[in-house]
Amino acid sequence: MPLLQINNLTHYFGGLRAVYDYNLTLEEGEIVGLIGPNGAGKTTIFNLVTGAYKPSEGEVRLNGDELVGLRPHQITAKGIARTFQTIRLWNDLTVFDNICIAHAARIKYGVVDSILHGERYREEEQEIKERAMELLAVFGLDGDAQELAKNMPYGAQRRVEIARALATEPRLLLLDEPAAGMNPGEIGELMEFIHQIREDFDLTIWIIEHQMRVIMNICERIKVIDFGQTIAEGTPEEIQNNPKVIEAYLGEEVF
Amino acid sequence: MKKKYYPPLIVLLLFVVAIGGSWLGIFNEYWQLVLLFMGINIILTVSLNLINGHMGEFSCGHAGFMAVGAYVAGILTVWLFADDKVFGPPVLPAAWAIPLFPVALILGAIAASLVGLLIAIPSFRTRGDYLAIVTLAVNYIIKSAIENMEFIGGPRGFVGMKRVMNNMADVFDVPWLLIWTFVGMIVTILIIRNFTASTLGKGVKAIREDEIASELMSVDTRRVKIIAFMLSCGLAGLAGGLFAHWPGGFINPGTFTILKSTEVMVMVYLGGMGSISGSIISAVGFTLLLELLRPLGLFKWVVIPLLLVVMMLRRPTGILGNKELTDVFPRLRAFFGSEEESYALASD
Repeated sequence: MPLLQINNLTHYFGGLRAVYDYNLTLEEGEIVGLIGPNGAGKTTIFNLVTGAYKPSEGEVRLNGDELVGLRPHQITAKGIARTFQTIRLWNDLTVFDNICIAHAARIKYGVVDSILHGERYREEEQEIKERAMELLAVFGLDGDAQELAKNMPYGAQRRVEIARALATEPRLLLLDEPAAGMNPGEIGELMEFIHQIREDFDLTIWIIEHQMRVIMNICERIKVIDFGQTIAEGTPEEIQNNPKVIEAYLGEEVF
Repeated sequence: MKKKYYPPLIVLLLFVVAIGGSWLGIFNEYWQLVLLFMGINIILTVSLNLINGHMGEFSCGHAGFMAVGAYVAGILTVWLFADDKVFGPPVLPAAWAIPLFPVALILGAIAASLVGLLIAIPSFRTRGDYLAIVTLAVNYIIKSAIENMEFIGGPRGFVGMKRVMNNMADVFDVPWLLIWTFVGMIVTILIIRNFTASTLGKGVKAIREDEIASELMSVDTRRVKIIAFMLSCGLAGLAGGLFAHWPGGFINPGTFTILKSTEVMVMVYLGGMGSISGSIISAVGFTLLLELLRPLGLFKWVVIPLLLVVMMLRRPTGILGNKELTDVFPRLRAFFGSEEESYALASD
């Protein structure tokens, strides 16, 4: 069974057709790219899959379970995590708390325990704190655990966001323009980093990116959309030479 | 890790000074009243701070929930323990009032927290100004509802609680109301402190920072909001139940208007949004200030708003901002260091 199966996904904003008849099958362990000109509907697809928007039509299945109609936190609990195009950390909280709170779906103690701080609460909180510190260590952020998220440098904030997404223990990670605003050196590190977390956390990755260097380098398969519709699909080499794709980008010299 | 015993000791010391002093008559009736209002204001401020400070929502109907707690607890104790012309002779002997008084307070708090659900639900859809209007409306609805219930005195108010307190004092002469206010205050502080320190409760702060990101990062925002509103409103009900038994002996709907809600909001913003110690400091300070400026008469209400305006210009985040006293003065950690911080240090 594929990890993620999207069938006939369609979404309207009022009269505007943002996504039309989108289909995708993601196998476990793949890195797949989603590209397209500005306004093509890429982020809308991510929003539909994660439950931020409810699709007008179509179905989204993770391991065969229907996701349409679930609330976003339920979808996250089932194993899909994402980062945002513009960083959306909880700015006035510490980096450590940013990671801890993302464990919310795994909390088994109830309200009463959260107030009385019983045995079970202590065990679970201790576990969350240890896991958060481990995760921060993997990302080289353990020294900044008590720093407020908003005080971190831009590149580090991107890493905190990925760490926060991984704290939800996902099977599938959606990255929305992770390289936006990074310099070439940072982009190189990011690409290595994405490969590394895929190995370490056993992830499937679905990535939106405008930096063609990133997409061509790390993706095994790419889907191109324009005006909400799929216009091409294939390996990086096939995409680079596809006339429809070149036309969609209006002959810009992107490749 | 070394266990710290200072906070319980400090609480015990305060308890001995406040209650012992009142019992022995070192504090006269006037100062006992000030202490009572201080305790009640701390409960109101710390509880409202959960919604307006930690969660960053804007609820301005706290007095409404206080009214629910006040009337429910007041009616219960009068019905059970006092001779009243509406509810007839006491149902239970006076001695039972001593163990059952806190039960009446808790029932009042539960009633208020159930009404709190009323504002939790619109908060799923609206935020900011809109939620403020909804909570304002809830405040008015509660006040008008009580005004139209003739059997509990309607707009004239409800009396009889003084007899309950006198009966309790006849059985055993200690300042019962002050004792329970003190207990209620400590319980409130502990509930809010422990809840906001838990990963579940930190969801409240995540909602303040970015609600959509919270929902997408596995925080069940609806559940967290329901919990926060019910806790906050329930504690306001507890404060109301205590207030209903004040030595004045009566409550009327006119006490629980938007003015009272505003007073609580002022204390929250004065202390600093999301700061528990700030709320305590500002509740104590504000209560004292009201008393100190009493000789000014009506001019009090010119001076206090002026002080607020100056405060907002000079220090818009309130006394402590969103920090706790232990963040501002790290040395205090030796006295108030929490178990959470010890965890974090141990895992380093």
